[in-house]
Amino acid sequence: MNNFRKKLPGTPYFFWSVLFIIIPLCMVFYYGLTDKSGAFTLENIIAIATREHSKALWLSLLLSLIATVICLLLSYPLAMILCSRKGGQHSVIVFIFILPMWMNFLLRTLAWQTLLEKTGVINSILSFLHLPALNIINTPQAIVLGMVYNFLPFMVLPIYNALAKIDENVINAARDLGANPAQVFFKVTLPLTVPGIISGITMVFIPALTTFVISNLLGGSKVLLIGNVVEQEFTQASNWHLGSGLSIVLMLFILLNMIVSAIFDKDGEGSVL
Amino acid sequence: MNKKLIDLQHITKSFDGQMILDDLNLYIRENEFLTLLGPSGCGKTTTLRILGGFETPDQGHVIFDDQDITKLPPNKRQLNTVFQKYALFTHMTIAENIAFGLKIKNKSKSYINDKIAYALKLVNLEGYGSRMPDSLSGGQQQRIAIARAIVNEPKVLLLDEPLGALDLKLRQDMQYELIRLKNELGITFIYVTHDQEEALTMSDTIVVMNQGYIQQIGSPEKIYNEPENAFVADFIGDSNIIGGTMIEDKLVEILSARFPCVDTGFGTNRPVDVVIRPEDVILSSPANGRLTGTVTHLIFKGVHYEMEVTTPDGYEWLVHSTGMYPVGTQVGIDVDPFNIQIMHKPASEDEEAVKIDE
Ligand SMILES: Nc1ncnc2c1ncn2[C@@H]1O[C@H](COP(=O)(O)OP(=O)(O)OP(=O)(O)O)[C@@H](O)[C@H]1O
Ligand SMILES: [Mg+2]
Repeated sequence: MNNFRKKLPGTPYFFWSVLFIIIPLCMVFYYGLTDKSGAFTLENIIAIATREHSKALWLSLLLSLIATVICLLLSYPLAMILCSRKGGQHSVIVFIFILPMWMNFLLRTLAWQTLLEKTGVINSILSFLHLPALNIINTPQAIVLGMVYNFLPFMVLPIYNALAKIDENVINAARDLGANPAQVFFKVTLPLTVPGIISGITMVFIPALTTFVISNLLGGSKVLLIGNVVEQEFTQASNWHLGSGLSIVLMLFILLNMIVSAIFDKDGEGSVL
Repeated sequence: MNKKLIDLQHITKSFDGQMILDDLNLYIRENEFLTLLGPSGCGKTTTLRILGGFETPDQGHVIFDDQDITKLPPNKRQLNTVFQKYALFTHMTIAENIAFGLKIKNKSKSYINDKIAYALKLVNLEGYGSRMPDSLSGGQQQRIAIARAIVNEPKVLLLDEPLGALDLKLRQDMQYELIRLKNELGITFIYVTHDQEEALTMSDTIVVMNQGYIQQIGSPEKIYNEPENAFVADFIGDSNIIGGTMIEDKLVEILSARFPCVDTGFGTNRPVDVVIRPEDVILSSPANGRLTGTVTHLIFKGVHYEMEVTTPDGYEWLVHSTGMYPVGTQVGIDVDPFNIQIMHKPASEDEEAVKIDE
């Protein structure tokens, strides 16, 4: 009885996780490891090795890696600026920064589609100014742009948190001991924010790796990512077995990413595991 | 007398329009142990931060070794700071923490290793080199912070309430350790505390501050025995501060009784403040005292009894004595002339912080 009471508050979450996480996962594994007749097979997993699939996977890995690196390079200075501002100025910048996040993800991406189209807003302005047109819609560049735009906040926030946690006097101590601004940054600030960087990388890389919406909208049907392949197997080809099998492969990459981040983030401060 | 090493000239600093330091003048001699003492918020840390280079004064100059360093960044100053909350680098081992300043200065590996060993020995933490800061107790972390600063052989060590977070026993141990370090290394210490006992124990010179003004500068004995104003007298130790009248040189009237004293030069019939330390009040039978009163409180304090004696005009005297008089006893009060300390009255009664002209 007593024991039951103690567990009571966790019960809704238990049912939640069974219903929406455990059961779907089991189904993915079931479909992924069986064929249409229900017999066990590794065919759906091995299918990743086919030319078309592996090309999509490598492209996904490459584009999400590029997007992650760009996010990191943009986010770190931004987070530092956010940290250094005080009072009113600070909240205005944060506000401007999070404003687009209140918009729906799909809407934001659709907006970029409109902006980038051959006869879209950007090109109209460019041609008005007699500048060469920007033809990146339906190319990998456009997808990377969409990834960076959508996932940037997930990189900025953990880095900002890590920076904000650094005691001002730790920085002062480094200066006091003779470190110039560059040395302070590379020997103290940067190492102390590694947990934030790692969790930012995880939070950008995983959604970028699995996205199919961004590639659908900004890549047209020309650029196929692994997310699109999986989506098509479910929605168009109705081959749940192959779709699940490829998902399992994708999950392995996600797991790998999480293990790496757990190793780097020993204190578990920004960990997602 | 050693030569002046640091000279703070007319330092003024305000934050958000609020004056924190107002025309502060102070010099520090070589090898001196100087303590900034004052209540919370009086500007001690701000003064230290100006010395360290983390804050620039609005006006005034910081002179170090005859050179104006007011605008020099912290990494170019020949002083090191021990911060109030240790501020160790949590991503480095203890040894790496200590080596930080030396590595920046590109010292050789063997030199650095020697220094690490020497510093760890100095602060009694040999064998802790490979530990991480988080795995050390507060007192140990504080000692590492001190070790990290002194391996750089600074001319001056700035310490901001370094013992504030420690318990009483450890604090006392560390006080002795710091004095030992100071004597061993021969560096100048500038120490910040709001603990008057700590200041009295450790310092060569105490600077009593209040609300951004220096109230008094002097040796611990001088500050304790000859406070220059009521604030200093009240802040340093327990004391009876009584309004009185200086009748003439060497004679003061307190609570309508006349006491001979040793002070001169206050004029005749001038209002003054009189400070009498509780241990200097002599209790006897009513017939032998200049004043009579009734014991209204009695507490045994170990070394002495603490009593409160109320005189007919309502003033409550704080008395420390080895003799015991039960509550309700009529006693006589007397004070030896040289134990009576006369001070000028502050310009206005309600203004605690008085500017002292040197
Ligand atoms: N960066 C700052 N911005 C605004 N006000 C400040 C700043 N630094 C200090 N102050 C103000 O200056 C005053 C003096 O601060 P300071 O830290 O020098 O006091 P302190 O004597 O060290 O006190 P404590 O014993 O509590 O450490 C305080 O009223 C504080 O609020
Ligand atoms: Mg302070």
